Amino acid sequence: MERAIQADAKVYSEAGTESSPRGSGCSLRHFACEQNLLSRPDGSASFLQGDTSVLAGVYGPAEVKVSKEIFNKATLEVILRPKIGLPGVAEKSRERLIRNTCEAVVLGALHPRTSITVVLQVVSDAGSLLACCLNAACMALVDAGVPMRALFCGVTCALDSDGTLVLDPTAKQEKEARAVLTFALDSVEQKLLMSTTKGLYSDAELQQCLAAAQAASQHVFRFYRESLQRRYSKS
Amino acid sequence: MKETPLSNCERRFLLRAIEEKKRLDGRQTYDYRSIRVSFGTDYGCCVVELGKTRVLGQVSCELVSPKLNRATEGILFFNLELSQMAAPAFEPGRQSDLLVKLNRLLERCLRNSKCIDTESLCVVAGEKVWQIRVDLHLLNHDGNIIDAASIAAIVALCHFRRPDVSVQGDEVTLYAPEERDPVPLSIHHMPICVSFAFFQQGMYLLVDPNEREERVMDGLLVIAMNKHREICTIQSSGGIMLLKDQVLRCSKIAGVKVAEITELIQKALENDQKVRKEGGKFGFAESIANQRITAFKMEKAPVDTSDVEEKAEEIMAEAEPPPEVIAEPVLWTPGTAQIGEGVENTWGVLEDSEKEGEDEGGSDEAVLPDDVKMDTAEVSNVGSQDAPIVLSDSEEEEMIILEPDKNPKKIRTQIVSAKQEKAPSKKPARKRKKKRIVN
Repeated sequence: MERAIQADAKVYSEAGTESSPRGSGCSLRHFACEQNLLSRPDGSASFLQGDTSVLAGVYGPAEVKVSKEIFNKATLEVILRPKIGLPGVAEKSRERLIRNTCEAVVLGALHPRTSITVVLQVVSDAGSLLACCLNAACMALVDAGVPMRALFCGVTCALDSDGTLVLDPTAKQEKEARAVLTFALDSVEQKLLMSTTKGLYSDAELQQCLAAAQAASQHVFRFYRESLQRRYSKS
Repeated sequence: MKETPLSNCERRFLLRAIEEKKRLDGRQTYDYRSIRVSFGTDYGCCVVELGKTRVLGQVSCELVSPKLNRATEGILFFNLELSQMAAPAFEPGRQSDLLVKLNRLLERCLRNSKCIDTESLCVVAGEKVWQIRVDLHLLNHDGNIIDAASIAAIVALCHFRRPDVSVQGDEVTLYAPEERDPVPLSIHHMPICVSFAFFQQGMYLLVDPNEREERVMDGLLVIAMNKHREICTIQSSGGIMLLKDQVLRCSKIAGVKVAEITELIQKALENDQKVRKEGGKFGFAESIANQRITAFKMEKAPVDTSDVEEKAEEIMAEAEPPPEVIAEPVLWTPGTAQIGEGVENTWGVLEDSEKEGEDEGGSDEAVLPDDVKMDTAEVSNVGSQDAPIVLSDSEEEEMIILEPDKNPKKIRTQIVSAKQEKAPSKKPARKRKKKRIVN
């Protein structure tokens, strides 16, 4: 607890002024997470990575529509809502990626013929949106108490035109990058759950990005653990 | 998911409490729940919390051609979305009655009251005007959506800055935020909705009903008013008959409430402006309360990636080299191609009837790539016209490929069902193609 307060006392120097370039490419932006902030959903979490912010709400295990019922496991649904306008193809494809990741870790067989709905709302997009969506979804699932075989996190890597690796890129870095790779990793063995890439890269670079993502995932999981520790602490 | 209905005893309990001038959350009759306004990092983005009801507002703009009958006026567009996050009963992509009602009320409150100077949004008359789009997302539904949404809409509009434009002759220049400071919209006044719930045929009245109270109320009166005590919109729904002095009393209460809320909004806007000017921290990260145990923050974390290259090399060295690729497609007939050497398929067993069918198949057989096609269907009377096709397994998926030949034929490919796959006899089978000549 003491440690957490210490961390609070320090300055988050980059809030709101993210246009300033970050020193080294291989660092994660500041993270913040708030769980259980909505009263209606069974579990909710707001996850911030730098200025990127996603709000997630989870309903479930709950009643399922007969048309969507699966007899031996829970029906997992992911809804991603953009901030402006109506959801389009990009949102549908992200929804699918997130759903597949969640399905890999959620123990749906424990709740057959129910529905687990994850609703994600983009609050602000400043790069690494998919990774932030994944992290928010994981924290909301944890808050809802949905049984999972492991936690998962999303990490985005960007490769510059000169091949330098940037972790957790901002929107500007993503735009200038030659390739943007997003991975979802599990917390037990840091195995790959999902990967989606955009742009041109060699197979050596892919392995490098994956190794860097695995290193970064350790930090994210530590963040998860500390935030849950704080939440369930007695003091 | 369906909404959980309110039980009769809950209903009775709520109504009894209201009769005794008590509210479940300890408020007085005319009390509002606490209002909290927080802003995002970009302009025109805000979250308004009214008790537990939460609305996210975002304003965006776009240059469009104006409406024909309003050549010199900008366009205002409101879109309130009831996200499934807010309540499980809200279905995505469905226009429910409630949603239509709320959107219409918002439009009347903000567009028809002419609180935004739409003429100032005109760039070139008849050609280019700004379209201001207000997106409102309900994040959590705990009653009184309209008040929260109207506050969120007006706060977002006040906070929004549009890019500056200049017109020289017939040349329109749009300036990026770095070149010229974005300009705020010109807002004449701030209309705010105040809801009154009526119970027992108008006997009892409550300001700012929460979700439970909304469920047992008989009627709702919404008054939109600005701080100059001018009524912008008034709507009564639910079919209760109100007396003149009831409406007058409500409008008096609304005047007081609107003054309070307007003051709060202006304070929040000034605060945000000050922080931005001074270069301090702003955005949602700052609005998360640190003392809550459900919230946690982590500073910028450096990640050690020095061993990344070695790790990657290790994995690359361990990995098997990719098999050599034979990349010369063999073209047997037009419309078909084969990649690879055409190794014989060893899956399943070929039955006699199939062999016959194959022989009947004719001379100009199409060769399908073996690794794509795995068919073991038992098709009776292959080759004869209009013969009924009997499939051995109903679970199989079928795929019909129509060939662009002058002699159109159907090729039936089928995926081996698991049952057949496990068939014990594994004679070295041969290539199987099947096809039914339709004509």
